[in-house]
Amino acid sequence: MESFLAAVIVAAMPLLYATVGEIMAERVGNLNLGVEGMMLMGAVIGFRAGLATGSPLIAVLGALAAGGAGGAIFALLTVSLRTNQVVTGLTLTIFGTGFAGLVGRSVVGVPLPLSVQEAFGNTAIPLLSDVPVVGRMFFDQDILVYLSFIMVIAVSFYYRKTRAGLNARAVGENAAAADASGINITLYKYANIIIGGALCGLGGAYMSLVTISAWQENIVAGRGWIAVALVIFASWKPGKAFFSALLFGALSIMGFRLQAMGISISQYLVDMIPYVATIVIVIISTHKNRKEDLPPGDLGNAYFREER
Amino acid sequence: MHNISVQMEHINKSFGALKANEDVNLKIYAGEVHALLGENGAGKSTLMNMLSGIYTPDSGSIYVEGNEVDFSSPKDSIKLGIGMIHQHFKLVDILTAKENVVLGQKARKKMDLTREIRELSDRYGLDIDPDKKVYEMSVGEKQTLEIIKVLYRGAKILIMDEPTAVLTPQEISRLFSIIRNMKKQGCAVIIITHKLNEVMEISDRITVLRKGRSIATVNTPEVELSALIEMMVGKKVDLAIKREKTASRNRLLVMDGVEVLDKDEKAVLKNITFDLSGGEILGVAGVAKSGQKELCECIAGLMRASRGRIFFQDENIVGRTPRDIIRLGIRMGFIPEDRLGMGLVGSMDIVHNIVLKDYQNQPGIFLKKEPCIRKAEKIVESLDIMTPDIYTPVKKLSGGNIQKVLLGREIDSDPKVLITAYPVRGLDIGASYRIYELLNEQKKKGVGILFIGEDLDVLMSLCDRIMVLCQGEITGIVDPDNVTKEEIGFLMAGETLGEESGNDKNN
Amino acid sequence: MIKITKKTALPRRQEILIQIAAIILSLVCAGVVILCMGYDPLEAYYRILEGSVGTPMRIEETVTKVIPLTIVSMGILVAFKMKFWNIGGEGQIMMGAFGSALAALNLPDSLPAPLMLLCMMVSAVFFGALWAFIPAFFKVRFGTNETIFTLMMNYIAIKFVTYLQFGPWKDPNSGGFPKIEPFGANAVLPDFFGMHSGWILAVLSVVFVYVYMNYTKKGYEISVVGESLETARYAGMDIKAIIISAMIVSGGLCGLAGMIQTSAIEKTLTYTISGGYGFTAIITAWLGRLSAPVVALVCILFAMLLQGGSYIQVSMSLPASVADMIQGVILFFVLGSEFFMQYRISLRKKSSSKKEVA
Repeated sequence: MESFLAAVIVAAMPLLYATVGEIMAERVGNLNLGVEGMMLMGAVIGFRAGLATGSPLIAVLGALAAGGAGGAIFALLTVSLRTNQVVTGLTLTIFGTGFAGLVGRSVVGVPLPLSVQEAFGNTAIPLLSDVPVVGRMFFDQDILVYLSFIMVIAVSFYYRKTRAGLNARAVGENAAAADASGINITLYKYANIIIGGALCGLGGAYMSLVTISAWQENIVAGRGWIAVALVIFASWKPGKAFFSALLFGALSIMGFRLQAMGISISQYLVDMIPYVATIVIVIISTHKNRKEDLPPGDLGNAYFREER
Repeated sequence: MHNISVQMEHINKSFGALKANEDVNLKIYAGEVHALLGENGAGKSTLMNMLSGIYTPDSGSIYVEGNEVDFSSPKDSIKLGIGMIHQHFKLVDILTAKENVVLGQKARKKMDLTREIRELSDRYGLDIDPDKKVYEMSVGEKQTLEIIKVLYRGAKILIMDEPTAVLTPQEISRLFSIIRNMKKQGCAVIIITHKLNEVMEISDRITVLRKGRSIATVNTPEVELSALIEMMVGKKVDLAIKREKTASRNRLLVMDGVEVLDKDEKAVLKNITFDLSGGEILGVAGVAKSGQKELCECIAGLMRASRGRIFFQDENIVGRTPRDIIRLGIRMGFIPEDRLGMGLVGSMDIVHNIVLKDYQNQPGIFLKKEPCIRKAEKIVESLDIMTPDIYTPVKKLSGGNIQKVLLGREIDSDPKVLITAYPVRGLDIGASYRIYELLNEQKKKGVGILFIGEDLDVLMSLCDRIMVLCQGEITGIVDPDNVTKEEIGFLMAGETLGEESGNDKNN
Repeated sequence: MIKITKKTALPRRQEILIQIAAIILSLVCAGVVILCMGYDPLEAYYRILEGSVGTPMRIEETVTKVIPLTIVSMGILVAFKMKFWNIGGEGQIMMGAFGSALAALNLPDSLPAPLMLLCMMVSAVFFGALWAFIPAFFKVRFGTNETIFTLMMNYIAIKFVTYLQFGPWKDPNSGGFPKIEPFGANAVLPDFFGMHSGWILAVLSVVFVYVYMNYTKKGYEISVVGESLETARYAGMDIKAIIISAMIVSGGLCGLAGMIQTSAIEKTLTYTISGGYGFTAIITAWLGRLSAPVVALVCILFAMLLQGGSYIQVSMSLPASVADMIQGVILFFVLGSEFFMQYRISLRKKSSSKKEVA
């Protein structure tokens, strides 16, 4: 059971990073369907950076930069050039997939240098990891897991307690009101989308640096799309995203567990649950109308102040 | 005397061919409440938008506290202490009052925020719960929040655009006491409005704008209501529009006690009772947002009457679908301020726009375009529409031509009742007269025409009777030959006429 | 400071020039990336052409890709014209494939081929349409966001078919890898003029959508609703019915594509049958500016790119994903170029400095 719980966290990591990254983009009003693409870009660049330098730090930075670059392309197109967000995001995914396949071609099957592998191995936090049940789960993991905890707390804090976070929320809720208050819409959109993209990149890199420790084409295998769904499931809140990612991480490895326990339900039906659940959430939240759980008011809309 | 807070001199501003402000002069003193009065389209909002940094004047100068200024964005004007409270609030619904106040501001110490808001509230008599979410607030509370927002940014000059339009009477009194407090604190308050009684109650001085020019500035205690109205509407101009005398025909449209509610369950039309006969033009006068749009939509079946009946040739059409109503022969052409918003599909050409009303009467699944092509050619020719061809997307045409297409389409469908709202908005003289000619032609054919317009001179020349709307109610139905322009102005302001002469409710 | 204002519309010629410029620019940009990877971009482009139309065999391969891509693009076109973001093409293809398999595997082998194929088509269209109807219903009734809904429906459909393939529909004779039973001979689309007859359906779909959108009342209504809900209301249109019927057409077309893939290509049902066409179709529909014949042309070009991409893998050991990357870059540039067609950038000088009043 304990090992199952620990595995849940590992499964949840890519989802968590990507979901929080996408939350950042959507909360300033831009629906970025390029998550899968950014994750792949981050995965491949992070991997190759780690491979080339043997430095885990450079690997992480590489992943962040790659994801951020993807975000920057998206921001340039949708914010400054006012392109359709849905089409642009999809294009980013297609581009990212192609880019990653191309760049990763020569390193398929190549193992990471030991220095990197060890850096991403488990490091137990003393005392906390001895707590029964949850100790091993949360506190005997690799460094990126701990980083994710910090990320969730930091981003939550950003939105709830800082001016910048407040302004960002305003941009996504009602760009006209934000503009009238003197907020620089363009700046906030670019910044949040790029940072969000960077996080997605790191989420992808988790697969190539930690989970599989190698590169294969299509290493992300659709997790980016789940993340888009999770954003809704989590009502655009980083804290909820944490639990959502855990839940769906668990579901994704549930099938095999259940079979091991003698319950024969197809893994594939279990696989469906996240998506069905998201649909249910989407239906309910539009219907329930609890304002705080609704998508940001100006999500999907481009903004510009125009003379008559 | 107090010092001059704001001075605008020889301001000119045009949008394309439209002169919104022409040689406008305005002087505002600190510590006064100054009303900017005028009809719809007089140029009040444009003028204030230049003061708040949204627009830039084509020529002329603006002085704030003695220094000449040049705004390139709202931020500049905010820095100089000018705060504008728009008619449509710029608030973020899911944030609290506190959060909205502080939006876009550099962080000062968090502790101070609540205290500062409290202090502002006390000083000006504003009552606000800093932790309340905006979507839970009443309209009055939202307005109070907008005021605090502006004061928090250090505004000493406040501009309010139609502040009482959305308030209940109690909220209006509260607003007035807040404004008085601001006066005491030395702020200058400019109110854009067309509500005469409020202007008399709260303002110290009034500047009247008409058709883009500043007409006069008066001290409120010294002026009479009738004088104000005369300044607002001007003397009657003879436009030499022929009014055809046609024999009165049967009653086509009768509205009886109709009430229409908006989505917030507020009555936008109350107790509407009138009739329209074939062969007459019934004009509808009123300041903006007196219910004209709702009247049109109600008859066309787009808005449902919550009370009352609408008879078309003795049949009650309340509750009928818009499609049915079109089939019955009632045609409605409403030109909204943005012109393309309703009634035309911008990306489609003239032919396809003609199809819009027509296609339902065609049998089968295929569109028959030939009749529409012929109609399109006919309309383009008879209305002299400037277009490369009938296959050009409508949005590429100039504003006036777009309107001609709209009206041409409605007229061409052989309506029995024609409702046309602001058909000459933005058109030049020649085009406007062509439209009046067309309407007269329809009248001769026996069509009943409901003509909603902004220009009283036109209404008085063209229409057989004029119905005046004010805040959703009919304040009078008059005979233009027996009434003065000022009297109509009175009715538009919500007053009732003293004598019975010219009052013609039952035709 | 920079001022951006809306242009009055450009003549069509200029618009096309800008788009061509965008495409050329994008090929240059993609070429640079290829160069950085250590390959010769010109050779790469040449090989893509060679690989897609170099030999009759390769042309056939390309056409095999054109067919489903075109049909699905037609379906997406209809939905997008109405501004209904149907991202669920993949799922609708999948469910169409499911419907087709349902018929193929359950109707008797003795059924004459034309009849069998017809049943498969009807079943496929039905299920594809159903899969699109569900999100449309919720949008119309509850206002739920169709982008996410249709996206999720994709995954449910794929997982469903995967479940069938690994579970209840697994062919006991399949040996190692789980497969679904292959179709009987009567369920396979016959060849026609050297290609499987799916191409007839592709051509028909283009014609159908072209006629539907430009010459029928329903198509007209779809365009109006997409452009302006207000105007549609004003004209008395039944908006809810229009949305639902458009989506049924959209999903039905995707479902038909699914049927073709099962019947002519795989000759069975697999969970990879949708092949990404649902997403690529979104790109082609958009690039083709939602006009049926133009979209068809774009589909041909894209299929060439896809086919050429897989050829490059063999002949130059460049991974096929280079095709994806080129696609992405082209689209980025074309998307971006739209901006320059609609807006004019000008510099506005700040007026002279302030002066004091005496």
